[in-house]
Parts: sequence; structure tokens; C-alpha cells
Amino acid sequence: MFGDYSLGDLGSIFVMQGFAGLILFSVYVLMALGLAIIFGQMGVINMAHGEFMILGAYVTWMTSNLFQAYLPSLFSGYFFLAMILAFVASGALGMLVEWALIRHLYKRPLDTLLATWGLSLMLQQGYRSVFGAREVGVELPQWMLGSLHVTESIEVPINGVFVMCLTVLITISVAYVMYKSRWGRQVRAVVQNRIMAGAVGINTEKVDRYTFGLGCGIAGVAGSAFTMIGSTGPTSGQLYIVDTFLVVVFGGAASLLGTIASAFSISQTQSTLEFFMSGSMAKVLTLLAVVGILMLRPQGLFALKVRK
Amino acid sequence: MSDEANKGLLSPLRRKLLMGMAAVPAITMLPRASFAQAPATSAVNTTGLAVTDTEVTVGILHSATGTMAISETGSIQAEKLAIEQINAAGGVLGRKIKFIQEDGASDWPTFAEKAKKLLVNDKVAAIMGCWTSASRKAVLPVVEQYNGMLYYPTFYEGLEQSKNVIYTGQEATQQILAGLNWIAKEKGAKSFFFIGSDYIWPRTSNKIARKHVENVLKGKVVGEEYYPLGNTQFNSVINKIKLTKPDVIFTDVVGGSNVAFYKQLKAAGIDLSKQALLTISVTEDEIDGIGGENIAGAYACMKYFQSLDNANNKAFVSAFKKMWGEKTVIGDVTQAAYLGPWLWKLTVEKAGSFDVDKIAAASPGVEFKGAPEGYVRIHENHHLWSKTRVGRAKLDGQFELIFETADLVEPDPFPKGYQ
Repeated sequence: MFGDYSLGDLGSIFVMQGFAGLILFSVYVLMALGLAIIFGQMGVINMAHGEFMILGAYVTWMTSNLFQAYLPSLFSGYFFLAMILAFVASGALGMLVEWALIRHLYKRPLDTLLATWGLSLMLQQGYRSVFGAREVGVELPQWMLGSLHVTESIEVPINGVFVMCLTVLITISVAYVMYKSRWGRQVRAVVQNRIMAGAVGINTEKVDRYTFGLGCGIAGVAGSAFTMIGSTGPTSGQLYIVDTFLVVVFGGAASLLGTIASAFSISQTQSTLEFFMSGSMAKVLTLLAVVGILMLRPQGLFALKVRK
Repeated sequence: MSDEANKGLLSPLRRKLLMGMAAVPAITMLPRASFAQAPATSAVNTTGLAVTDTEVTVGILHSATGTMAISETGSIQAEKLAIEQINAAGGVLGRKIKFIQEDGASDWPTFAEKAKKLLVNDKVAAIMGCWTSASRKAVLPVVEQYNGMLYYPTFYEGLEQSKNVIYTGQEATQQILAGLNWIAKEKGAKSFFFIGSDYIWPRTSNKIARKHVENVLKGKVVGEEYYPLGNTQFNSVINKIKLTKPDVIFTDVVGGSNVAFYKQLKAAGIDLSKQALLTISVTEDEIDGIGGENIAGAYACMKYFQSLDNANNKAFVSAFKKMWGEKTVIGDVTQAAYLGPWLWKLTVEKAGSFDVDKIAAASPGVEFKGAPEGYVRIHENHHLWSKTRVGRAKLDGQFELIFETADLVEPDPFPKGYQ
């Protein structure tokens, strides 16, 4: 298939294709981080993850409208405030949900699956009633549109670079919080042995609530960032949920490193295959490979050793 | 028993009262108001439909919830507007239209179940409804079995025809061929890159488009790609487009994927004012979500645009906005949905009956001169004769009309040489 193209053409396509893979990688990490925290640390299967993302997207949309109406001069910077608000909104809703629903179900992990699925349906209908059934268009500041011309034929999408930077930033923050901070130690202690953690004076209920809130908050930031590349509607969250679970399960549920490694391998496989065959076929082959590997390694790529 | 007797006693009186009431507006504004000559129910309804001396019931069956609510909301709004206008103009055969709305909830078996409920329990005289082909295919055996009448608004892949369905949108050849001809002639386009969502409508449409490009236009299809519904990452295919440098990108990507596709196309530096792109899946409704700045410059092939400059359309747009808010936009399918109740009314009046068999038989040849898209007529095959138009997306989310066929295009749901 390469016969007809010049060497320069091919070179720039490989560079751009490499970027496409990296962008997909960042997107996967960003959407899976929040779920990995909740699933990995708490064992809760949060089917409403996509809806928490979309809450972030709607918050972004509202912020953009507010800025357009009242502070048009600061419009170019609204996105940063929007992401913070998205984190706060989704995190707060997450903590509310944990308090009202999830904490009653910790002893029945399968029931959390059903409960959060119900929650996702309720949230979808809620968005539909509040924001309308139609999709909304989030207006972006001019500097976030378009692409960077690296050379004549190599162009890198700005929103892709933005998502990449954001992903790196959030991953580092999460790693710091989880592995360096006092609170992170408490979370890990609760995961390893809830009863002992409680016995040494850790407020396990509070740790649970904040962990769930953090996971949902990150989902909100992801949703906010994805307004640059995807749609914002009541059911848009459903578009992400399958890929998100795929990344988390494939990576090994309790491991941050696993999530990153899994996002990397899935995104690179998919974006390479997509280039050589049709998108649907690429997806099928990627899924087949994932299923195959999971059959050999049911615990995922990386698994924490936890005393059973 | 006594109910029936009462009805018999009351109805002539009620009819007289109505005649009196109707006469005033009828003289001043509506020369052809039909309350005055309402024929007896027994004569116009021989099959036990929900028709009384003063009312006739129809069903509206769309998804008001679930993933398709995004698209179907406009259709529901248009059908309600049409019904309200018909009632204001005197109703159908002297009867006011009452509607029962059911929610298909974006779930195809639910559509079939609700259609059955409307036909069997409510005995509706007609159903305005369905949107996706999947929902229509689910409802089709039901309307055929219980002999109902369905007015289906969406442009679709063709390869179907039923006595019990009137297709008010365009079938694939009607929508696509004129647009391809135009872009080949106007832009000298020779090479085409197809990209679509992976289900029956884009695949069938692209099959027809490919035959036309290769056999009629003597051009070349340099790529044909499908992505799963809901896919949000298009960077790889955009790279392929950059590599193959087609004259035209021809797309039928739908739903949330659409938004992702155009945003990423723009982010990848493909400038739609230089790169020709022809879509058959983006209407004003979709641009709301995509954002005008992301799609400005693209061409869309439809039969209706909100910006059409004719008296019918201006009245329609202002009535629609008055009823549903200044900010609502009207896409191709919304307009086609608006045609449903009107075509049904005209057909009932032509047939002089609400009976489904008579309506099915009377449908061919029914004309609607007040259509916002201009004059339309029902073909023998229950599709509509209509014009094909090409519009160019503008920053404000509207289309600018660039081209329209001189004559109405004949619907051809089973195109020879294209299958």
C-alpha cells in the first residue's frame, strides 16, 4: 500500500500516526484513572463512571456560556476554571452518592454494579430533563482549535497535546497523592486490611468517601477535557464506558502502573491496526487480543499481591 | 347500552353546535374549513378505528428517552406542530386530531410493543413515528399485521416498500446521486474517500455511492472505512485521508461520533474551505452539537435546509420557533416529520375515509403544496417525489443553499444497477 507515496510523505505520516497513538493513550489513561482508583482501591464497579464524566462536560459547557455572557474578555482562559469546577462538581456528587448509596453495599460488590447502573440511567434522564435531549456544543477559545505546523506536512492537533499534558499532570498528582501523602497511605492501608486499618485509628468511612469522590472528580476533569474531542449529550458517557472498563480490567484492577501499561498497549495496538485496516476490524482484533491475554492472565497485566 | 343511546341522541346536536361554532372563523379566514360538512362516522370509519363524530386519534411513536432522543425530539415537535395547525384549520373531515404519544425509549422491541398498543388498544388511525431503520424494521411487521398506517420521516437506505408505510424522507439514491453529480461537475472531483458508522444505512448508502462514482462518474474510491457506532477517536483515519489526498471526503458518520469526527478533522489541520467534504448525515440538529466553527465549509446533501427561501418555509420556521423556542433548529428529518400529519390529512380527505386500506390506495398522487421544502407528491411506491439540495455549512450552524435539482427526483427504493 505504500508504493505510491514519497518517502517524505511516509515519514510524516508515521510521525503523525505516532502522535495519534499517543493521544489515544492519553485519552485512555485520563478516562480510566478515576475508575481505576474506585475499582482498584474500593472494589466498587462504578457503572455510572461515564455519567460522572458527562457532568464534567456539562459544567464546562455552563462555564463557557457564563464567560461568554459576563466575562468575554477572559474567555480564552475559561477552560482551566471549568476543569476545576468539573472536578469539584463530579467529586461532590461522587461523595454524595457514596454516602447515600455505595456505603450500604460494600459487603455486596455485585450489587454495586446494579446500583451504579441504575444510577447511570437516572443521571442520564436527569441530564436530559435539565439540559434537553439534544447535544450541546461547547465553544472553545480560539487558541485551543486547529493544529501546530511542525513542518510542511506534519501537523499536530493542539487539543491532543493539551490532553497529553493534562494526563501527565493528573497522573503525577494521583501517584503523588496515593504513594507519598499521608492520606494515600491510609487509602492503601484500608485496601490491604480494612479491619486492622480501622483498629489503628484510620477513619475508614471517611477514607472511602474521599476515595470515591477523588475517582469521580477525576472523571469530571476527563469529561471536561473530552469536550474538545467528543460530544456532550445526556448519553455521551456511554461512549466511553466500555473502553474504560477494558483498560482497567486489562491493567489489573488495583494497580496504577497496570492501568497506564494497559492503556498504552491497547491504544498502540488499536491505532496501528486502524491504520492498516478498517476501524471496526481494528477494534475486533484489539478486543480479541485482550480477551486472549486475559485468558492467560486473568488478574490483568499487573496485580497487587493482597493477602486473601 | 345507555351510553350508546346517549351518543346517538347527542351527536346530531353536538354536530350542529360545532357547525355554528365553526362557521364564524370559517367565513373569515378559512374558506375550506371542513367542520361544516363533517360526514357521518359510520361512513368514514368502517374498521373500528378511534374516530368519533368530533375527534380522530393518531399515535406519535418516537424515542423521548434514551440515546436516540437527541435526534427524535425534533420529529416529535414537528408532528405536534402539524397536528395543532391542522386542528386550527378545521381538522380532518370535520374532526379534531387528538394524539397519543408513546415513548420508544431508543429500544427496538419497545417500539414494536408500543406500536401494537397504539394499533390494538388505542385503535389509532395512523402512527407518526420511528426514526432509525432498526426501529422501523421492528414496527413494520406490526403495522402490516394489524393493518395500521405509519408515516416515517427519516432519510434511509431504501430497499423497502410497504402498503402500510409512507416514507416522507428520501431514500438513498434520491439523497445521494444528485449530490455526487453536482460535486463531480462543480469541483471536478475524481477521487473519493468514504467514511461511515458501521451499520446498515451507511454501508448501503456507500455501496450505492461507490457504484455511482465508479460506473457513472468514472471516478475512484480511494478508501472506504467504517467505525463502530459511538467511536470517538478518528485520528488514524484522518491520517489516512491526509495520505490519500482525496478530492472529496464523503461521510455518513452518525450520532456522537459525528461530533468527535469533525472536531478532530479540524484539529488535524484539514481546512474544509479547501478540502471538499460531502456529508449525508449532518443536519442543523447535528451542527448544534458539533459546533458551527468545526464544520463550516462542509457540504451536506439533503432535501431541506432551515434557510430555504420560500414563503411556506418562512411560515413554518416562525411557527416552529414560536411553539418550541427561538433557539431550536430545524433539520431535514424534522421537516419530513412535519409532512406526515399533513400528508395523512390530505390523503384522508382525498379518500373520504379514515380506513387504512382506502388511505393506502389513495396515497399515490397526493400532493402537498404547503410543504416547507416546496411541493411534494406521493409516488406509487409510497415514497415522496422531492428535490435534492446541496447546502454549505456556515459558522452560525445554518446551511447556505448552493444547489438544487431543477425537477423533483423520482424515489427509487430498489435501484437497478446499484445493489
